[in-house]
Amino acid sequence: MKGMAFSSWTSWLMALGFIVFVAMVVLSIRRNQGIRRTLFAFPYGLWIVLFTLIPLLLIGYYAFTDRAGAFTLDNFKMFWDSNYEMNKQLAEMGLDPAALGLARGNVNVDTLIYSLWMAFLCTLICLLLGYPAALFMADRHFRLGSTLVVLFIIPMWMNFLLRTIAWMSLLEDNGLINTFLASLGLPRMQLMYNSQAVLLGMVYNYLPFMVFPIFNALNKQDQRLSEAAMDLGANAAKTFIRVTMPLSLPGVISGITMVFMPSVTTFFIPRVLGGGNTEMFGDLIERTFLSADNWNVGSALSLIMMVLILMSLSLLRKVDPEGEGGSMI
Amino acid sequence: MSKLVRRGYLVLVLLFLYVPIIVLILQSFNAGISRAKWEGFSLRWYAELFKSPSIMNALYVTVTIALLAALISTVLGTLAAIGIHALRRRPQAIMMTMTNIPMTMPDIVTGISLMLLFIFTQVPRGYFTMLLAHVTFNIPYVILSVMPKLKQMNRYSYEAALDLGATPGYALRHVILPAVMPGVITGALLSFTLSLDDFTISYFTTSPLVQNLSTLIYSEARKGIKPTMNALSALMFIALLVLLLAVNRRVTATDNTKNGGKS
Repeated sequence: MKGMAFSSWTSWLMALGFIVFVAMVVLSIRRNQGIRRTLFAFPYGLWIVLFTLIPLLLIGYYAFTDRAGAFTLDNFKMFWDSNYEMNKQLAEMGLDPAALGLARGNVNVDTLIYSLWMAFLCTLICLLLGYPAALFMADRHFRLGSTLVVLFIIPMWMNFLLRTIAWMSLLEDNGLINTFLASLGLPRMQLMYNSQAVLLGMVYNYLPFMVFPIFNALNKQDQRLSEAAMDLGANAAKTFIRVTMPLSLPGVISGITMVFMPSVTTFFIPRVLGGGNTEMFGDLIERTFLSADNWNVGSALSLIMMVLILMSLSLLRKVDPEGEGGSMI
Repeated sequence: MSKLVRRGYLVLVLLFLYVPIIVLILQSFNAGISRAKWEGFSLRWYAELFKSPSIMNALYVTVTIALLAALISTVLGTLAAIGIHALRRRPQAIMMTMTNIPMTMPDIVTGISLMLLFIFTQVPRGYFTMLLAHVTFNIPYVILSVMPKLKQMNRYSYEAALDLGATPGYALRHVILPAVMPGVITGALLSFTLSLDDFTISYFTTSPLVQNLSTLIYSEARKGIKPTMNALSALMFIALLVLLLAVNRRVTATDNTKNGGKS
């Protein structure tokens, strides 16, 4: 099933879907019921099949086949050992790869671990920075609070690539911070091209996604609950630990989800602010697809990524079974 | 004292968020091309901006795609939400799960899977495919903003309208639509802004010949961004700010009339 065959197949499917849809509309009008409301979901259902399900199936198809289209698990073996292909060819030539000293290539696995670690750090820092900010803004006695929240959203309107590049002009060797340091007679610092700079860029980009849901959860809280705790003799710290914080957990979970998910697949930030060894999983997937032009291994990597994300989502669901924290706005 | 600490903390966090933006805007008024040295105030980059065909073209692509994608996904998404809401329990759950899939998918996977689809079906990538991709990632957001409004609605008002002789079409227009309108507007605004700022998905679903602002910035990032780009984003930023203030004022105005001028 390559190329043209599939192309005409999709157009047939679309045409068929459209005809069925029109027939159903005509039928329900003929029965004098007007258009049935459930039919409104039909175009969307078709859209989802075409542009979400079939593309996902394609990723699955490429992940489990080789270039010739035959079933294989080699792509996943390539994830585990990036020298797998080479070793296989050597073995086919009758050589012993072990004797030639070509060890397991752990680039891919290391990149994944590095990405997970960076995403974890980013989420943690966002939580530590964001929770107090949300708490202070949600304070009933602070009238400016709900206006200030808007100030956390506005930066997101500036193009995200440009904001990251703006950090570059602050951090680079001849950048603003170093120029400032030099003018004070202090030594210049190496601020860019390392993991810390990448982390800074990530925290900068994802912080609003942490602050917003936590603020919402705190703001929705019934003020009388914490007042009751105070009346019953709890001090401020105890009220916070026993009442306010547990009630804000759905917001925290939602914030963690919204920061962790995109930060694992961070793309572009490491390329601008990071150095040679700060590649993250998003960049690896892109490089495998576009530079190495290897769709099969690239699809396998994407699949691994998705499985990891689904697993962490279901873990978070266990903590917050109601899914209350699911909404951002 | 504690009050001072709290305010101070908020100011610091906001400063962290705004310093790069202030730098960006200042650079757009810098007479020189250097990113770190101030060489005097000038509107040079603003003048050059309107003379640059690649930026003007990218701006056109970005804005028209954001408008079209918002329009199409709002119509499709609102209809879908009404349809899904009327479904029975099982099919409703299936549709909602399918709606959640694209939202949990990382952008890069969405982009790549659509790229595979377009290459596989031999649809040449460009403006049209980028639009399809944007509608695809926008629809779930529209559905998720319209759905709560449908759930808040009185279940029987639609049936009451039918019993009182309204045709389904009339009831839809005069009962359901007014009730979900705030959700529809939120969904449309959300789609518009998401689409305006998207980079990853656009990057995989367009060709180098059709660029939006994000992909243009990306392709120029290695050579070094010229301050013209900063000038453009400063202008867009201010335009959005004015828009927000106008909307906010309208909302407060209606709120005030509702509360009889109090609050």
